[in-house]
Amino acid sequence: MGISLYRIDDRLIHGQVVVGWGQPLNIRLLVLVDDLVASSDWEKELYRMAVPPDMEVRFVDVATAIRDHAKYASDPRPGLVLTGDISSMHRLVKGVKAIGSVNLGGIHHRAGRSEKLRYIFLTPDEEHQLRELEAAGVEVTAQDVPSARAVPLPEVLEGATR
Amino acid sequence: MSDKSGSVPEQPRAIVVGHGEFAGGLVSAVGQICGMADKLVVLTMMGMTPEDIEGTIRDQLLRTGARVIFTDLPAGSATIAARRIVKEDPDIVLVSGVNLATLLDFVFNTDVPPTEAARAAAERGKASLIVVGR
Repeated sequence: MGISLYRIDDRLIHGQVVVGWGQPLNIRLLVLVDDLVASSDWEKELYRMAVPPDMEVRFVDVATAIRDHAKYASDPRPGLVLTGDISSMHRLVKGVKAIGSVNLGGIHHRAGRSEKLRYIFLTPDEEHQLRELEAAGVEVTAQDVPSARAVPLPEVLEGATR
Repeated sequence: MSDKSGSVPEQPRAIVVGHGEFAGGLVSAVGQICGMADKLVVLTMMGMTPEDIEGTIRDQLLRTGARVIFTDLPAGSATIAARRIVKEDPDIVLVSGVNLATLLDFVFNTDVPPTEAARAAAERGKASLIVVGR
């Protein structure tokens, strides 16, 4: 079945991921790629309790995700790969070289970031990393929930669709 | 601080936080049914980072002295944030999956501490879910 969605969302596992996307895509395998969470038993337990019983969740760091990506992709269950920041997804895509599209689901306001969409705020360096992904042939779109329009990266960076 | 009648305004007993306008709608319903919406603090989390959500809940706990947090969805960002707070202060009680029956039971149960009232209200909330029809 393979991976149905590669998503960047700074809230990690939450309602939009588990329910909003998880239900329509029938997600049964959730791979949370985050170096910090993967190194903390408490963080893993915190997020594990937010996942419904019919969905398996794996917590891995970026290096492990690159190494094991082929296993996730060949898993018979529909999967979702989630990172909490652009940098982790950028490293994953560069390491795997087989990821065709990335969903920007939620990157919220922080110092140094400017608003692009209601739910997307980016630093210049984050913009650069996303442009690099697109230049490498990865389709990058912003879409918080399935019923919303997928906004292509150039439009996101223009900030014209707020 | 007291008002002219000598009565002391009661502090809010809990914080209610959830997706969209969930918390505001639920607390508005409490107000319409029994006029006790002032016992609850409404928080929204739209457009906020996880750190902002956690910080906002902490601020409101500190400001109001509330020791109870109601959230909507176990998988929600607010629940994740609240669980981090409870980890540091286990005397705070988190109830996730709150519904109107839960809140109504909670605001009326003033004979026991709010944390105890929250536990009882959660049971009442569970029991309020019924299915009718074939």
